[in-house]
Amino acid sequence: MALLEVTNLKKSFQDTDVLKGISFSLERGEVLAIIGSSGSGKTTLLRCLNFLETADSGSIQVDHHTIFGGDDAEAASVLASPKQIRKNRLYFGLVFQSFHLFPQYTVLQNLTLSAQLKALKENKALPRQERRQKAEIFRTLDQQAMELLKRVGLSEKISSYPCELSGGQQQRVAIARALMLTPDILCFDEPTSALDPELTKEVMGVIRSLKSSDTTMIVVTHEMDFARNVADKVIFMANGIIEEKGTPEEVFDHPKSPILQSFISNT
Amino acid sequence: MYDISNWWNSYINEDFIRVTVQLWKGFGVTLSLFFLTLILAIPLGLVLAFCTRSSFPLLKLPFRAFVYVIRGTPLLLQLMIVIYIPGIAFHAPITKWGMFGGNVARAYFFGALFAFVINYACYFSEIFRGGIENIPKGQYEACDVLGMTRSEAFFRVILLQVIRNILAPMSNEIITLVKDTALARTVAVTEILFCAYEFLKIDAIIWPLFYTGLFYLVFNAVLTWLFGIAEKKLSRYYK
Repeated sequence: MALLEVTNLKKSFQDTDVLKGISFSLERGEVLAIIGSSGSGKTTLLRCLNFLETADSGSIQVDHHTIFGGDDAEAASVLASPKQIRKNRLYFGLVFQSFHLFPQYTVLQNLTLSAQLKALKENKALPRQERRQKAEIFRTLDQQAMELLKRVGLSEKISSYPCELSGGQQQRVAIARALMLTPDILCFDEPTSALDPELTKEVMGVIRSLKSSDTTMIVVTHEMDFARNVADKVIFMANGIIEEKGTPEEVFDHPKSPILQSFISNT
Repeated sequence: MYDISNWWNSYINEDFIRVTVQLWKGFGVTLSLFFLTLILAIPLGLVLAFCTRSSFPLLKLPFRAFVYVIRGTPLLLQLMIVIYIPGIAFHAPITKWGMFGGNVARAYFFGALFAFVINYACYFSEIFRGGIENIPKGQYEACDVLGMTRSEAFFRVILLQVIRNILAPMSNEIITLVKDTALARTVAVTEILFCAYEFLKIDAIIWPLFYTGLFYLVFNAVLTWLFGIAEKKLSRYYK
């Protein structure tokens, strides 16, 4: 079974149906690019996966666990509790369009804050003799954070504040921050839309470098080059449905749907 | 020729020390009223801010109405209501309340303090509300996707940004509070202006009144300096 299985996901705001039944699946290590014009529901889909919006119906399964919806209404209502949502959303990481780093923390602290809170909670739950020293936990997390920052090429910026970084650097910090909690699936919501072309290249390079056999990514993007060259699968969304999906070659070189054909010829 | 030493001696020896000592005592009352109001009104203001922001109308609407009434009427009037209404309407003047042990000065002081706390909590709550609402939604969402609880997000991420947002309006309001304490004179709280006025009434000397201005100015200079430091510290995180 696939790592991620989304089935018939629906979401509407007031009278507008934003998602009209989205189904797709993703294998471990795959990169999925979601393209489509503004208002097609791409971002809402991503926000539903991360529980920033609650879908109206449908189901989401990650690694054989149902984390949203499903056939069993009772189980679904248990899943809807804030505590379960907090736990289940950690299957996903999310990188935002406008970074949303915490301005009062250094780059390193931005990475470690949530990991520290999580580690302390887990530590507290252990029997007394197995608990570790706080300083020891924090040291390990600092090391992990430093390694991630090296991966995104920002080793020398660990004690800078977000306001001292360029947009591209901020986004790379945000990527490292999302990786810190080791999500199964890393989501990007138009990660380069707030950046100029040069910085876009820089950030896209980092995302490309993350691609490996165990990193699964969903990238909502307007960068067609990225979708064509890096993604394993492409989904084209229009008006709240998946209008077309397939490999980059199928979608870009042999588009079947007329909406997709005109979308591609316009970009 | 005007003899300056004579002028100096006449005041230093007779009145100056006496007045200074008395004004310091009054200033002590002023400072007590100021600090107690601050310490009590800030947490109460925070609670009020959460109530007026509530999505539950039964909580939100009465508190919004309350804040509107308090902000819409003079503090002077509120002081009079707190001090006189218990006696006039309920035959229970606050000076007779057991909790004050028959101490009239104490009763007036705490009556005035009550009015100040309520009044300033309402002003503070509006400042806090603005400060909280100005935090970009993305900060909460970033906390959410990182698995933080609501209270972790508020105390570890949001609060400092709120403090930074409200620093300028709060420093304004707090400096106003320093001067507003003078209103307590009207309900016989022996703060510094009250003391200076006594000299006018009893000794027929007017300069102690102007002398009080110096106390306010020096104290506000200290506050302004402290707020300047805080602002500098917090602006480090923003360009």
